[in-house]
Amino acid sequence: MCTMIAEKIEVAGSGKARDRWFDLAQTYVSFDHPFHYRREHALSLDFVNESLGPGARVAVELAPDAARALAAAILRILDEGAKAEGA
Amino acid sequence: MDDTGAYEGMLAETITVPGDGGDRIHAYFARPLGAGPFPAMLLFHHIPGWDEWYRELARRYAHHGYVAIAPDLYCRDSHGTAEDVAAKVRAEGGAPDERVIGDADGAIAFLRALPYVNGRVGVMGTCSGGRHSVLVASRSREGVDAAVDCWGGNVVTPPERLTERQPVAPIDYTADLQAPLLGLFGENDRSPTPEQVAEHEAALRRAGKEYEFHMYPNAGHGFFYYQYPQAYAAEAAVDGWEKLWDFLGRHLAA
Repeated sequence: MCTMIAEKIEVAGSGKARDRWFDLAQTYVSFDHPFHYRREHALSLDFVNESLGPGARVAVELAPDAARALAAAILRILDEGAKAEGA
Repeated sequence: MDDTGAYEGMLAETITVPGDGGDRIHAYFARPLGAGPFPAMLLFHHIPGWDEWYRELARRYAHHGYVAIAPDLYCRDSHGTAEDVAAKVRAEGGAPDERVIGDADGAIAFLRALPYVNGRVGVMGTCSGGRHSVLVASRSREGVDAAVDCWGGNVVTPPERLTERQPVAPIDYTADLQAPLLGLFGENDRSPTPEQVAEHEAALRRAGKEYEFHMYPNAGHGFFYYQYPQAYAAEAAVDGWEKLWDFLGRHLAA
């Protein structure tokens, strides 16, 4: 974990960890060594609610190309959704 | 510890020790049974947190005749699984350097006060802990007798990557390095890169410091970590441990 490239943003939404849903409050975005995915660096997303303790966490570790594709897909879908809502 | 006819035993447990600002923090502590005197090692965990590997590391040191302590550098941040806590600390920018130095000094004073310690204390860390090892070997007020940096990233830090929590690149403290330094690195590592390792080595040479660096081909970041198949490099790991025991044996024996 030596790049230390990380950011924390405030978010609203819900996340599901194990068998329960919880309110999301923050998301950690980082490019560093993953905990589980088997490559040296990954784009990691940790959806958390700090007020509920560190166990309130939904973690995702993505290959950088996959993360870019996901980011593009999210923006495309959001644009379509905005159009649909405006229609 | 290689005599099948000899008694062998160790004690290993979680304890609390004084840390920065007088806070009491958790530490994993392992020592060989017996009167000693034993040399001591302070271990700085990596960014994945105060995890199982560091407990094993402490016990490995105890098996080899060292009193070892691994403080939880994230003790004040939260408690839970090591990974959940580490994710939080990473997002907040890692442990502040000044706090790490304070925690290290608390642990070093604790070790030196033990009746079965020979008074000599080394430091070792991997990944961010390797950086902490270099930092503490340069800034400790208690003093250290040997330091081991295993693939510590950001010892050489570009100015734009310095932060409030890590305001100074450890390479800039090279003139203050108090102890011989062993560095173990992999050629395929991207943090630190071989170029950054060479820059650190040049600074040590210019400052007239005692050091030995080993750069392993076919190895990347974290080549001791058998639990990460993408990182583990058996040949480098076996040789690296041999270098490490030899180095510490020369510098920490009573």
